[in-house]
Amino acid sequence: MAVTDTGRMDVGAKRPSRLFKNMTAKIAAIPMIATALVVFIGCTAWTIYHSFTRSRLLPAPDKWTGLQNYDRLWSENRWLVSIENLAIFGSCSLVLSLVIGFILAALLDRKIRFENTIRTIILYPFALSFVVTGLVWQWLLNPDLGLQNVVRSWGWETFTFDPLNNADIVIYGILIAGIWQGSGFVMVLMLAGMRGIDEDVWKASRVEGIPTWKTYIFIVIPMMRPVFVTALVIISAGIIKVYDLVVAQTSGGPGIASEVPAKYVIDKMFGSQNLGLGFAASTMMLLSVLVVLIPWAYLEFGGKKER
Amino acid sequence: MANSVEIKHLDLNFGAVNVLKDLNLEIAEGEFLVLLGSSGCGKSTLLNCIAGLLEVSDGQIFIKGNNVTWAEPSDRGIGMVFQSYALYPQMTVRGNLSFGLKNAKFPKAEIEKRIAEAADILQIQPLLDRKPAALSGGQRQRVAIGRALVRDVDVFLFDEPLSNLDAKLRADLRVELKRLHNQLENTMIYVTHDQVEAMTLADRIAIMKGGKIMQLGSPDEIYNRPENIYVADFIGSPSMNFFDGEVVGNHFKGGDLDLPLDGYTFGPGGAVDGKAVIGIRPEHIITGELVAGAPVKLEVPVELVEPMGSDTLVYGTLNGQALRIRMDGQARVSLGDSLPIGIDPSRASLFDKASELRL
Ligand SMILES: Nc1ncnc2c1ncn2[C@@H]1O[C@H](COP(=O)(O)OP(=O)(O)OP(=O)(O)O)[C@@H](O)[C@H]1O
Ligand SMILES: [Mg+2]
Repeated sequence: MAVTDTGRMDVGAKRPSRLFKNMTAKIAAIPMIATALVVFIGCTAWTIYHSFTRSRLLPAPDKWTGLQNYDRLWSENRWLVSIENLAIFGSCSLVLSLVIGFILAALLDRKIRFENTIRTIILYPFALSFVVTGLVWQWLLNPDLGLQNVVRSWGWETFTFDPLNNADIVIYGILIAGIWQGSGFVMVLMLAGMRGIDEDVWKASRVEGIPTWKTYIFIVIPMMRPVFVTALVIISAGIIKVYDLVVAQTSGGPGIASEVPAKYVIDKMFGSQNLGLGFAASTMMLLSVLVVLIPWAYLEFGGKKER
Repeated sequence: MANSVEIKHLDLNFGAVNVLKDLNLEIAEGEFLVLLGSSGCGKSTLLNCIAGLLEVSDGQIFIKGNNVTWAEPSDRGIGMVFQSYALYPQMTVRGNLSFGLKNAKFPKAEIEKRIAEAADILQIQPLLDRKPAALSGGQRQRVAIGRALVRDVDVFLFDEPLSNLDAKLRADLRVELKRLHNQLENTMIYVTHDQVEAMTLADRIAIMKGGKIMQLGSPDEIYNRPENIYVADFIGSPSMNFFDGEVVGNHFKGGDLDLPLDGYTFGPGGAVDGKAVIGIRPEHIITGELVAGAPVKLEVPVELVEPMGSDTLVYGTLNGQALRIRMDGQARVSLGDSLPIGIDPSRASLFDKASELRL
């Protein structure tokens, strides 16, 4: 550091180290950073480590068994069905809740009357817990109480709609409940995004004679990219950990037809007291999240520097 | 000359609020009309009505002789430029210019040709492949103008297009707009609350207040012969000096003021005795050597001096009121001086006290 003739340190002459910038803010963040490190990274590492052991109960350091748990996992039919269900449920509910949420938001954005009322009604399901949603839809889809019964009572005697008891389509029954719960939330996110768009852009496109739907697709949606990313991340997180909805609606049945990975993990950990296997399954779930997340993060943050 | 835009008995209400009231306006082909007024007077509302972005409550709008009162904005032959630029941020400049044309199913070659022409006129060729985020405010506004230009419209509508730019750029773009108007000879309607923009750009200025047009006239008329006190006060900076008094015989009398009105050009109503207000612009108060030749001579105490470089603002007192005087930048005046001034009534404006209209 330069020392001038007067002996005073010339503090302005050197760029301050970046480490010491915003010191107070950094100190304030230390507890949170520590928590994040210990809880997230620490527990994740602990989980992964134990997935290679024969641990049965908490806290359980046990014999290292290598990939044995994973072998068993991937040879188990129930796990394979869970993965398949998650894939179907995940892709459908991601796409449908984005599309439905966006369309609802677009309709509300057209300055209709009673917007507040309608918004509240549509957002209501989101305020319910998954268990309640699951039960409500269990009743609605119950052949003796719900939709099927109502349609039959209108005189359409042969009408059959009983997804929760049909192993081939049971996952779609759960999907309906998932979308009902999720699209209201997406709608509110999208509506906030749409309200953030400059009114003048709409005027400009109207003056140019561009139809409303084209304005939405070519101008509004590209401008709402950050909102879509946020919605995508939040919905995806919800999908991967879906558990209570299934428990409330079908408990995984009929048979194992509506099992999902999160339920598998819980059952193994607390039901069959096979911690190692449960951890192996959760490690697989983590891996699948990373497979999606890493390329996305790379595109989103890595790509920016080149531009 | 044929009328390009005609507005007849236009009313516009937002719910119970009446924003435009029985508004009539005729704009000639190729004219540059500026709508000037303070914030909230309904300038943008009027412009949006002409554009078709707002449904009028009553009255009719004609463009090029066609009744377009209920036509879609895109069918009216208008292009619009906004204060916030309103470019499509995810498209390149080229994309912004071509989107409307592509939508209207113009052939590719024609689109290319029009973009090249517009880019040439607005000097934005090097920017065509950039996104709006990578442009300066002035460049963005040029692209926004280009978007109206490529559509080959009859009437350009501008809603405070320069308000988001810094002072220097605003002055540059103002000159360019004037050049563009001379080159294109389109009708242009321009909303602003900046007097300088209005005075320099306009063929005619419409001064609005509370949804009504207070005066419609050339910049010269607006400045020199304001029709009412509102316009007189609104135009000019620093604003006009007003003094209460009375017209008696052929004189204006009020406190220390006694002005003969022989040189004053009265309106059609002629000279009527009664309570009146006289308005004198700070720059029309005669100072220095010229005072000797002035029709009326006075002396006022100097209370404040503001040197501004090109000229000097002097605040004196007359009739117990502040009197603003604009003097030459070289003028040497100091506080407490008694400043000899002259007034030329022929350059003043007389208003009726009650109706506030020009006499
Ligand atoms: N959507 C609306 N609903 C109700 N009142 C409105 C609406 N838009 C404008 N107004 C009212 O109409 C009046 C005129 O508004 P306008 O936007 O035309 O003003 P302006 O002259 O353009 O002002 P500025 O210079 O601030 O842009 C204002 O008093 C405003 O409050
Ligand atoms: Mg406005």
